[in-house]
Amino acid sequence: MSHEQSQLQKRFSEIISDANLSPKQKSNYLALEAEASLPYMQISSEAKLALEEGVLCDMFEGHAPFKPRYVLPDYSKYLHQGSKYLELNAATNFDEALNMLTILYHHVPSVTSIPVYLGQLDDVLMPFVGDLTDEQIYQKLKLFWIMLDRTLPDAFMHVNIGPSDNIVCRTILRVDAELKQIAPNLTFMYDPAVTPDDLLRQAATNICECSKPHIANYPAHASAYGDKRFGIVSCYNSLPLAGGSNTLVRMNLKELALKANSIQEFLEETLPCYSQIMVELMDARSEFLHEKSNFFEGFLTKEGLIEESRFAPMFGIYGMAEAVNSLMDKEGCHERYGHSDKANQLGHSISEKLAKLVDSLPVKYGLNGKALLHAQGGISLDKDVTPGVRIPYGTEPDPVSYVRATAGHHQFYTSGISDILTIDETVKSNPEAMYNLCKGAIHAGYREFTANVASNDLVRVTGYMIKLSEIAKYDEEGSRTNTTFLGNEAAKNTGILERKPRVASIEMSPVYE
Amino acid sequence: MARVIKNNKTEKQAKVSRVLTFSCVDGPGNRLVLFLQGCNFDCITCHNPHTINHCNHCGDCVESCPSDALSVNELGQVEWDAVQCTHCDKCIEVCAHKSSPKITHMSVSEVVELIHFNRFFLNGITVSGGEATMQLPFIIDLFKAVKANEALSHLTCFLDSNGSLPTSGWQRIAPYLDGVMVDLKSWQEETHQWLVGRSNHRVFESIQWLVEHDKLHEVRLLHIPGKSDLDSEVVAVGAYLQRLPSKVKIRLNAFQHHGVRGEALGWAKCSEEQMKAFHEQLSALVQRTIITPSVYV
Repeated sequence: MSHEQSQLQKRFSEIISDANLSPKQKSNYLALEAEASLPYMQISSEAKLALEEGVLCDMFEGHAPFKPRYVLPDYSKYLHQGSKYLELNAATNFDEALNMLTILYHHVPSVTSIPVYLGQLDDVLMPFVGDLTDEQIYQKLKLFWIMLDRTLPDAFMHVNIGPSDNIVCRTILRVDAELKQIAPNLTFMYDPAVTPDDLLRQAATNICECSKPHIANYPAHASAYGDKRFGIVSCYNSLPLAGGSNTLVRMNLKELALKANSIQEFLEETLPCYSQIMVELMDARSEFLHEKSNFFEGFLTKEGLIEESRFAPMFGIYGMAEAVNSLMDKEGCHERYGHSDKANQLGHSISEKLAKLVDSLPVKYGLNGKALLHAQGGISLDKDVTPGVRIPYGTEPDPVSYVRATAGHHQFYTSGISDILTIDETVKSNPEAMYNLCKGAIHAGYREFTANVASNDLVRVTGYMIKLSEIAKYDEEGSRTNTTFLGNEAAKNTGILERKPRVASIEMSPVYE
Repeated sequence: MARVIKNNKTEKQAKVSRVLTFSCVDGPGNRLVLFLQGCNFDCITCHNPHTINHCNHCGDCVESCPSDALSVNELGQVEWDAVQCTHCDKCIEVCAHKSSPKITHMSVSEVVELIHFNRFFLNGITVSGGEATMQLPFIIDLFKAVKANEALSHLTCFLDSNGSLPTSGWQRIAPYLDGVMVDLKSWQEETHQWLVGRSNHRVFESIQWLVEHDKLHEVRLLHIPGKSDLDSEVVAVGAYLQRLPSKVKIRLNAFQHHGVRGEALGWAKCSEEQMKAFHEQLSALVQRTIITPSVYV
């Protein structure tokens, strides 16, 4: 016992004395260590084994979840009704609205302890524009944007805009391209029936400038959740508005494929068996959150900004590429994922099977009793396994072929696919090509289109942005932003900066190393 | 080049060295690019010399192939098996004839089908080379077919050319053509003759004709410090470019070693600093944005 304590204490003291972390970053890691020192929730021996073998992974969310992974408050409702708990009246103008948002952001938890969702800001703010001039709106939003980056420096934090054309949407695109900050991350909702082409062109031009925004297929998400009833948060998780995700458990398809002797065995036995264990884990985690942590007793629930019934576990998967390739090998066929129709089709059938399993397996705390399937972007500790359903780094075909090979997956992943297309920097002098590619991808069935321009200092590492120049400096000096060190770890472990024009997909780095 | 198809009409075929479905440097937006084999220039600085000549079936490459993708058929012609090929490019390395055995023959309808398959990703198509216009009848039929196809007629049809096509050729393709990118490789006749093996008279004539008919999209200048004369003649070049319509794009390319063979490999590459200096000189004379390379290799 005393030996174990001294191990813990040693770890605390390593964190406390780390020269590269700010006091706040240290507090976060200390809290994670404290939670990790509690005993794990009651789970079966099969589930324990699956976790130990690395077939399933609980994302290091902690042993006793006391806050949901992702929370998407109804910011519009909040501005219109005010808050008793925060002693705020309803907003009556643009300044009050921005001030109220700033306050609430500090009360919205998430797995990173910084909010991952900042709202559909054009819808939220348009009612307060009044007779402000374009220039006044620009000045106010610019200061707001700078405040977000400096006080909530975490690039998981996500703003949504679009699909309709309005002054707040246009101004946010203008400010974002001008400031090129890491935070906030930005999603532009695109609806071919509503969004004017020149607005999508503006968004595509912004991508060439600063690898933001990410373009979401509005009709695809709306048909899963209902019009205006969802948000895109963190690294492209599409989740219910006024709800969110209580937990994310992920399945390593690469490891799982090793357990099957044939494609048929994989689809008919291995996947169903381990999906059942996934459900057990998701239930154990969400039961603790919903029944023991008292999270849903807080003011967010009491004031109607979130509803307990709108939270669901995310059923994450990764390592599709390795799974497909090893299953192909087992059938004596050596065609590769991303490069052969046969291998790609197998990938699509695995996704289809997963979607059916998720739909047929009820969970205790889900959206309409169900979990949400997600192609997970990996974490910085992953080695030799490809994120989500992406084509392995360094073997990607050209962007159009890439989209074609992977588009077939998108219909199955209700809570999104975390993936990034890297486009070489010649696109900077021809943003129209980005626009063409984006339109083609959405038409091909992409739920979300995310692109990185290879030479930009600001690059995506899955859901978040990092500055390459800061990564270079970090080892020496530490960073102001919470995500640079995640990117740094990812860069070291996955060689993402060495491979050809492509940036890794890592959702987060959940433990202190 | 013609072959008989089912309905008994002859359909033109092209010798194609490469097809790209994503390119952002061959005209506006994303373009499907068809690279045709064969060129009537023989530039010392050519960065893809294996596209200059058509295969003469000498067979030298066959033995060099490590994956048995090349063979000589009963007619004594070199045949390429695309499935066996690993694209190690050993065959291109050993070819003394500035050619490649890895050429596919594509009919107009095959290309149209490919464009149709990719149409939602495209702004248009560009035919490049080699020198594309050496297969002009095929291109005319291809562009005609694109413009006549309801699902494709919005796509723009561009050519990338060395400008050697006579005016009569431009006249034939003009009705189906949206824009042309032309290389201006040097200013003085003698320099051009030395660098590419031909006079630049036709190049200036082509540029003039394309301007008059509103078909000139871009003029490209390859900067080879100390070798081409675009920098030493910068005042004349600048004045010439300044007279082009303002919507015509001007792009500077830097001489690099990638793909180059022979004598020019001994020439110094154009550095970023040299490109900046040239860009500065030209910008003082030409009032429009001049595009410079984004990468130096």
